[in-house]
Amino acid sequence: MPESVVVRVNGNPVTVPAGSTVAVAVLLSAGVCRTSTSGEPRGPLCGMGICFECRVEIDGRAHRRSCQIVCQPNMEISTRG
Amino acid sequence: MGSVIERKCGVAVVGAGPAGIAAAVSAAESGADVVLFDDNPAAGGQIWRGGAKASHHPEAALWLARLSNSSVTLFGGSRVFHADGGLLQAESDDSLYHFRFRSLILASGARELFLPFPGWTLPNVVGAGGLQALVKSGLSISGKRVVVAGTGPLLLAVAAYLSERGASVLCICEQASIWRLGAFALATVVFPEKLLEAARLRFAAGRARYLTNAWPVAALGRECLQAVRISQNGCIREVECDYLACGFHLVPNLELARALNCRIHGGFVAVDHLQQTTCPGVFCAGEPTGIGGMELSIVEGQIAGYAATQREEAAKRLFASRARYKKIVPAMREAFQLRAELADLAKPETLLCRCEDVSLARVRNHHSWRAAKLHTRCGMGPCQGRVCGAAVEFLFGWAVESSRPPVFPVTCSSLANVFRPEDGE
Repeated sequence: MPESVVVRVNGNPVTVPAGSTVAVAVLLSAGVCRTSTSGEPRGPLCGMGICFECRVEIDGRAHRRSCQIVCQPNMEISTRG
Repeated sequence: MGSVIERKCGVAVVGAGPAGIAAAVSAAESGADVVLFDDNPAAGGQIWRGGAKASHHPEAALWLARLSNSSVTLFGGSRVFHADGGLLQAESDDSLYHFRFRSLILASGARELFLPFPGWTLPNVVGAGGLQALVKSGLSISGKRVVVAGTGPLLLAVAAYLSERGASVLCICEQASIWRLGAFALATVVFPEKLLEAARLRFAAGRARYLTNAWPVAALGRECLQAVRISQNGCIREVECDYLACGFHLVPNLELARALNCRIHGGFVAVDHLQQTTCPGVFCAGEPTGIGGMELSIVEGQIAGYAATQREEAAKRLFASRARYKKIVPAMREAFQLRAELADLAKPETLLCRCEDVSLARVRNHHSWRAAKLHTRCGMGPCQGRVCGAAVEFLFGWAVESSRPPVFPVTCSSLANVFRPEDGE
């Protein structure tokens, strides 16, 4: 198994340890997962899939909880959804 | 949404933490056909997240090995959104599961209680267990300055874990008084292994100062956290940091139990001596029956697993062990009871509902959770009130009781499949 995985966050390549969640890749790059309904930047809160603050778009699917999904090679992640 | 997978099983277990694993393994070893669902990609729950290698607990290696050597079928990354009338419904990235079960074991665990204070929505203000989970999921914390705050035994465990991975834990702010902690230590004298573990954690937490009577009053920063304002013994000071890891102990995940109409008593699922809820054939084990920690969760899970497979004698042999670990439940509740000042941290403009961005002032205008939801959309976002609902129970004493399927947001195609005509719905 390779030791690291490369994904893209908002088009920029990010290298994370294999097995890392998408939330980790987002924190390493964009730093913020989503913009709230009133325009605030938000990042992960609970880290365990209940708060839905870490939602991002992954491979074209919106509202994915980034803390519950493991990075796969060449995943396209967007925090602009 | 891809395929719909239908099958029958003997025992369906929801949640693959210590309680769920122990329940599933015990039921499988009794000869039942067992399926185990968890929202997380891998088994282990929160405490054993990252597998045996990431855990100091010898129980993690033992139970994860027993699980992988068992006949249990694990469905990771799968959210159970309803389980009524003998039919469990779950959704994963590519499948919808419709499983007919004979017995159901709820081991849905607990989540952290988050309380609003100014700045709590800033990026890098995370849960205490939340930050630990992110680090276990690959986040590098080396060299980062962290303030750990809130209440409960988890704070010390998190500080130790982060320190061991190179974080500079500046302080641990425990809202409880030294007197309550002392009483808790006395109550745990009957558990020398827990006191030893606490001593090990304190050592591992390194130079982090453990402050009592201390809590965060504000998180400061513009786009991201820069500092935390702390109150300790009535004095206010600011600490610059990269992360604030803040959680006010645990609240049980009751959504599925509520949707099934299991009786809830005093905030927890009511169960009999065999861990059976008031719904026949539905059992519950672990934190939803009372916050008592890993050891109690394991033994409750075993009892539920045996009881669900009609092995009452095997279950009864574990009653003494359960009774011993149960003693920790009232001691923990007493020690980490929240002080009233914490209800006054949020300002009128502080957001209470993070999904729908509803301020404290707008929610406070209403007389009940239901009225607040109807008028402000508080608790109506994707977390379904999991964060703000628990907060308003403490802030306003409101009862947050209702839970309807789906207990997790699901795709429209999953919902559409629920009402297929061949089910006679």
